Amino acid sequence: MDEILSKESSEHPALRQGEAGTGRSTSLAAPRFLRAVGAIAWKDLSAEFRSRELFSAMMVFSLLVILIFNFALELDISTRRTVTSGILWVTFAFAGTLGLNRSLSMEKDQGCLDGLLLAPVDRAAIYFGKAASNLVFMLIVEAIVLPVYSFLYGINLFHPGLVVVILLGSIGYTAVGTLLATMSVQTRTRDVLLPILLFPVVLPVLIAAVKASSAILAGDDPTSIMPWVNLMLVYDVIFIAAAFMGFDFIVQE
Amino acid sequence: MQAKPTALKALDIASIVLLAIAGYLALIYAPEELVMGQVQRVFYFHVATAWTGLLGFVAAGVAGVVYLVTADEKWDTVEVAAVEISLVFFFVTIVLGSIWARPIWNTWWTWDPRLTTAAVTELIYIAYFMLRAGIEDPTKRARFGAVYAIIGAISAPITFLAIRFFRTIHPVVIGSGDPSAQGTFAMSPHMLVAFFFALFTFTVIFIDLFWNRIRLGSLAGKVEELKLSILQ
Amino acid sequence: MERAVIEVRNLVKRFSGKTVLRGLNFDVQPGEFVALLGPNGAGKTTFLRILASLSQPTLGHVRVAGYSLPRESAAVRMRLGVLSHMPLLYGDLTAQENLLFFGRMYGVKELARRIDEVLVMTGLSARRDDLVRTFSRGMQQRLAIGRAVLHDPEVMLFDEPYTGLDQDASLMLDKLLQTVAAQGRTIVMTSHDLARAEDLATRFDILSRGTIAASTSRKQLGRSNLLAFYKKTLAA
Repeated sequence: MDEILSKESSEHPALRQGEAGTGRSTSLAAPRFLRAVGAIAWKDLSAEFRSRELFSAMMVFSLLVILIFNFALELDISTRRTVTSGILWVTFAFAGTLGLNRSLSMEKDQGCLDGLLLAPVDRAAIYFGKAASNLVFMLIVEAIVLPVYSFLYGINLFHPGLVVVILLGSIGYTAVGTLLATMSVQTRTRDVLLPILLFPVVLPVLIAAVKASSAILAGDDPTSIMPWVNLMLVYDVIFIAAAFMGFDFIVQE
Repeated sequence: MQAKPTALKALDIASIVLLAIAGYLALIYAPEELVMGQVQRVFYFHVATAWTGLLGFVAAGVAGVVYLVTADEKWDTVEVAAVEISLVFFFVTIVLGSIWARPIWNTWWTWDPRLTTAAVTELIYIAYFMLRAGIEDPTKRARFGAVYAIIGAISAPITFLAIRFFRTIHPVVIGSGDPSAQGTFAMSPHMLVAFFFALFTFTVIFIDLFWNRIRLGSLAGKVEELKLSILQ
Repeated sequence: MERAVIEVRNLVKRFSGKTVLRGLNFDVQPGEFVALLGPNGAGKTTFLRILASLSQPTLGHVRVAGYSLPRESAAVRMRLGVLSHMPLLYGDLTAQENLLFFGRMYGVKELARRIDEVLVMTGLSARRDDLVRTFSRGMQQRLAIGRAVLHDPEVMLFDEPYTGLDQDASLMLDKLLQTVAAQGRTIVMTSHDLARAEDLATRFDILSRGTIAASTSRKQLGRSNLLAFYKKTLAA
């Protein structure tokens, strides 16, 4: 019997006896891509909400860092206002590497990366799935750190503008971070290497995030905030593109 | 083993000669600058090495892209050579910059865009070599290196732009400047000679070192292959 | 004439100067169960990884289930089920969730029903809501088979599936592999365990120094010993 040789193949003819027609997909590429991204993100989030190992590690770490800053810098009230955004972003940057490392080493350790690579989906779907779940973890941690910081230091951090800035900054960070973490987890030096690779390259978005956050907290007018937001947008777009294109090269053999 | 090509030998000699001449021009021929004094002479080599570092930087990014497209190991060798040279030359730039900065602004370091971006680029390069050091398989090493080189190449200019929004005290000798930038000066004809000759010299030195390094890399690669074939 | 399910011509694989596979030729007809044997370092895993589309050939032609690698790898992966010595499962998810995840990745239709079928087949229905990291190695391997057949693949690759399994677990795996084979799938299995291979497979290929040194079928072997054949081939 003839095989259907089209790439977007439909039902594969049942060559064998026994099994009733079961799970042959007829979907087109695009929905399959999105479904794969969703499945990977769902998998990461489910696993994490059950064990909460990653999450508690990031959480505790962030709070400790904030605590250390408090003693290390010994700030008075007015100075505290000016360094708040800096402290917050340093905290997020370091907690972020914890999350990224854990998220990718989980795949590497059990050989699960192969399992993902064996699926009939675009490599980019793996990238976007992992990046999405990494982003969610980071945002959750940030969502908890902000109120805690507000509470500890009596500084109101609830500005809608700040939420936007944190979102844009986190997107840029996880976009590059996911790519670089996938690389570092495949080297001998593993975890240690990620911050070394990541920080020099993610600097622009951190700078912009800190400047924009400061401006928002100080109540500056939008004209001084917009250039930074624009920079973050540009960075995010460029690096999401660069990262998912580069991802292919670092998972193939 | 192939002998060193004659052209390369000639280039080696030319580089040394040019460097000597450039040194003379910078240290003796060019007049002393009115405000800053003798230390300003550092400027001739400082800009030239920065220029060379930049050449290497661009070459590395391009080589990375070409490697990923062609999968030809030769381009990986080119990329490593470019990063190494750029690493060294940016370092020299930073050192010379510090020597210049100390008497003028009374500080060894300033956080202005150009200097900071040079430093960040150095960190990217160091990270690049650490990444490569952690990978056994040469093909994987080349691929990862190329991807990171490209990411770095995209990121550094954006870093520069980001920091530029801050005020700079770096002298803006060429191009429109922030009027509050201190340390600017106009160049006399003799200074221009020294300046452009230094640029030319260091471009030649760059090509010389680049060629030598690529050759070294290819030879090293051949040695590895020979070793493996003996072991089999 | 029925087309071969796996066609390999002049496959060469080089890793940084070292040539692991040298001009390998390999054909598998539908329904065959090939045991790929050979000493360590012969290239068995490398070869299987290429068939699985995880690794790219340096030279040569590879076709699996009618699609060529590496160009049409997504189509190949759709029709391929892989069992490795690593379980490729997520410890922090339950058995059910693992199957749910992979089912979604493969776009399996009527997924809930299919998962039930697979859990019954692997005898893990009772443990469906338990975390995989609480499973023994043997149970993990059984679930791994479940994952591998979930999308009803035409071709299956088993890379040293018995690694780390005790007697009981190995016997269970035997039964499962026989069930899977009886479903008419085409199977290539690498193994160090000649006795097991002899029981399960219909054809035995010996990979040595980068090519198929010899090939024989159960019929051809007849009464003689696979071990003897194996030794004789390698001594040559």
